[in-house]
Parts: sequence; structure tokens; C-alpha cells
Amino acid sequence: MTRPAGVYLICLAGVLWREALRFVHQRERFVAALVRPLIWLLIFAAGFRSILGVSIQPPYSTYITYETYIVPGLIAMIQLFSGMQSSLAMVYDREMGSMRILLTAPLPRWYLLASKLVAGTAVSLLQVYAFLIVADLFLVDVPPLGYLAVLPVLLLTGLMLGALGMLLSSTIRQLENFAGIMNFVIFPMFFLSSALYPLWRMQESSDLIYRICMANPFTYAVESLRFALYLEAEPASLGIVAGALIVFFGLAVWGYDPRQGLIHRRGQG
Amino acid sequence: MDETKGIEIVEVRYAYGAKPALTDVSLALRPGRFTALLGPNGAGKSTLVSLLSALFVPQAGRIAIFGMDLAEDPLSALSVMGIVFQQQTLDLDLSVRQNMAYFAALHGLAGRRAGQRIEACLARLGLAGRQTERVRTLNGGHRRRLEIARALLHEPRFLLLDEPTVGLDVPARADLVAHAHGLCRDDGLTVLWATHLVDEVEAEDDLVVLHQGALRAQGAVSTVLAASGARDVLGAFQRLTATIPAEAAS
Repeated sequence: MTRPAGVYLICLAGVLWREALRFVHQRERFVAALVRPLIWLLIFAAGFRSILGVSIQPPYSTYITYETYIVPGLIAMIQLFSGMQSSLAMVYDREMGSMRILLTAPLPRWYLLASKLVAGTAVSLLQVYAFLIVADLFLVDVPPLGYLAVLPVLLLTGLMLGALGMLLSSTIRQLENFAGIMNFVIFPMFFLSSALYPLWRMQESSDLIYRICMANPFTYAVESLRFALYLEAEPASLGIVAGALIVFFGLAVWGYDPRQGLIHRRGQG
Repeated sequence: MDETKGIEIVEVRYAYGAKPALTDVSLALRPGRFTALLGPNGAGKSTLVSLLSALFVPQAGRIAIFGMDLAEDPLSALSVMGIVFQQQTLDLDLSVRQNMAYFAALHGLAGRRAGQRIEACLARLGLAGRQTERVRTLNGGHRRRLEIARALLHEPRFLLLDEPTVGLDVPARADLVAHAHGLCRDDGLTVLWATHLVDEVEAEDDLVVLHQGALRAQGAVSTVLAASGARDVLGAFQRLTATIPAEAAS
């Protein structure tokens, strides 16, 4: 069955609108998303700035404060948490049944999931820009045009991390199991990356950890954002993020496919 | 779509791992009829609903909705189906109208057309005055009515309801059963009403009895009664399932 393009756009607009409404109704979610990186920026970074020196390295052309260094990592952290929050909502919706309404709409399932992914990413953009405004007030040094240049990269990284969350939601049977995601996905992804320390420092400490960091797609999300904020592109990182997006989303669509996915085998809708 | 073909389920099989849920079930729903799908808990009703709504795919057999094969063309089949799941699927923090508008968008309805359909469907289910209320503030009966109104938004020809009266009190149940029968009678919808409560079956309905994943009987209520030798639906149900479920008798 071929449906007019307008039907697809109406569906996407509807999913975006619903996600926006839910976001408005869950103000505490917005505050939590903002407070978490600000604690890192204002407390953690303040404590570590004198211990952790950051040498001149691309894209920075001069010495920078530690607060400035960790901003891209904290942006990616917002998107990582947002992606996991969306997947948590999908597990909840599946348990509560409302996911069935989405999945029984007469549109291809990959498109319905993509709409959900785009909507979740749009919400994460609001959170990121709210954080950047506050970070700017604390003299974090980012060129004004960087806030604009980072937007397309934010879209890409948000989609990649959202797709990862969607993939995880397709494998999680019950809401209670979601707590494990914190320990086994979010924390390792965040700490085993260049979000908090330059990778050369990691390599000095442990070559194994350095290699793990280099295999972590979150590292490339952070580096893509770091370069974009300073009006530079990092094609290799962008390529890896795009590749990870394709893999994660492909697996998520497979996971939600009733013919072969995990939900089918577990007898859930 | 050929509405005269009704709903065909042919030798459908489904299992959760090694545990069979439906075993070679074949049945046909006549178009424009109210069919009660009766079975005790665990009979396979919800599995059948999940298969009909394309959430699951049969491991054997085929399903056709008004002549459209569900495996080959699920989107066409879903576009003519309205579904009310056993679990409530409303967004509690959104208003009645916002819930309706979201569903309308999923079915490609927007703007004035969507507004007209929302007004008409809410009025049809007696919810016209509640559009701005948050769903969280509605009682169970009204939430179910809202789900039925929502399922009618895109003008389906087949309405599929999976135990929609679970958790409702007796007046709300009777109200909902009457509404569903009205939709069938007045609008010519083909309705499949899955339930384990025999008092929701009316004399003029069609009846399908499932038990332990197998089809035990199907046909007009009078036909099933005659075939089973029972005087009423409860008696037929007890004989066909060879148990006396307490909740069915209540």
C-alpha cells in the first residue's frame, strides 16, 4: 500500500507534537536534565581544574579552562540521558500499552520508530541549548557562531544516542530491568570516552582503557560536538557517529519487527 | 478491499517458545456482525487479537481482513481496523482532545478534517463536553469510551476490542456493551469483542468459543446453543470449555 507523502508528514508532526506536550507536562524532567550537567560543570570541573591540565590540542588554539574542555562531553551527556529517558518511556509505554497505538498505525514500522526517534532528539536539543545558555553565563568560552554550527551535529549525535536507547528498549523485557542500563550503558559510555579527559591522558594511564575509549561511539559524538562548537568539522568522527546511528537504528527496527524481533519472541507488543 | 469477505482466519498457529497459544485456529467473521470471542483466561484471545492487529505474525496459517492478506499488505488491513486493547493505551497527562488528535495524526488526519472527526466520534460516545479534560481525571468507563471513540476516528470497518470491560463496574460494562452493539447495528461495522464474561453476549450475536488455544465453537448464538445442547450461553460455555469459571458465572 502506497500512502501519500502528506500522511507521513502528518504522522511525524503528530509524534513531535505529542513528545513536546509530554515534555511540557514533565517539567521536572527538564530541570533534572539541566541540573545534572550543571553540577558537573560548576562543582566537578571547579574541583578538578587545578589538577587536570589541558594542553593545546585541536580544535583549541590556546590553553582553555577545564570547564570549557568538558562542555562538549556534558552536551553529549545530556543527549545520552535524553536518549535513555526516551527508551525508558518506550519500555513504559510498551508495558502500559500505549506503544501499541503507535505500532498499529498504518505506516511502515521503521517510519513510526524514526518519527519517535526524531521527536526524542528534538526534545534533547531544547535541553542542550538551555544548558549552553547557562554555561555561557559561567564564562565558558565558545564562539557565538559555534552555537549555530553545532546544531546539525547535535541532530546527528542525538539521533545516534536516541537510536541506541531505542535498541535497548527493544531488548528490555520489564521496566524494572531498566535500572541496569545506568550501570552497564550510561556510566561506561560516559566515563570511557573523551568527555572528561583527553584521550592522550587515558593512554598514559592505560593503553587498554584508551583502546576501549577509541571503540566507544560516544567518544566520537563528543569529538564531533567539540569541533563543531569551534566551527570545525571532524569528518572521521562524524562518519563513525553516522555509522553507529545506522547500525543502532537498524537493530532497533529489527528488534521491533514482529516477524523476527525480540518482542515477538517474548510475547509482548 | 472487499467488505463482503469479512474476516478470515485460516489454520493459524502461534506459540510463545515451546508453549502453544493458538493451535490451527480457523474461523470467519461475518461482515457487519457483532461477534463475541468468548474464552476463559489463557484461552488465546489476546494472542488472537495481537495477531489480528499485526503486532504478532502467525507462525503458520493466514489472516485476511476484508480480503486483504495481513501478512502481504498489513498497512491496508490496519487502515480499516479500529483497535481497543485490553490494557488502556491513553496518555493520561494529555487532554481528551489531545489524545484524539495524536491518534488522528498517526492515521494521516489533520486540520479541519481531523477536527470534524474528533467532534463526531466524541459526540458518538457521549464525550463531547469533556474535550479539554485531562484523561487522568476521567473514570474507567469514560476512559474506555474514549478509547472506542479514538478507534473510530479514521472510520474503520472492523472494530477489534480485547476485553474492553475489564476493571469496569456493572453499569459501565453494560453501557459499553450497548455502545458497541449500537456501532454494529447503526454503522454496519464488523465487531470482534473478546471477553470472558458470558453476560456480554447478546442473543443476536455471533459467537466464537476458544479454549486452551483451540476453537471449540463458532456461529450464531442460537446455532452454538443448539450444537452444544445448552439452554443459555453460560451453559454452552461451560460445556464447551468443560470448566466452570467463577468469573464467567458472576
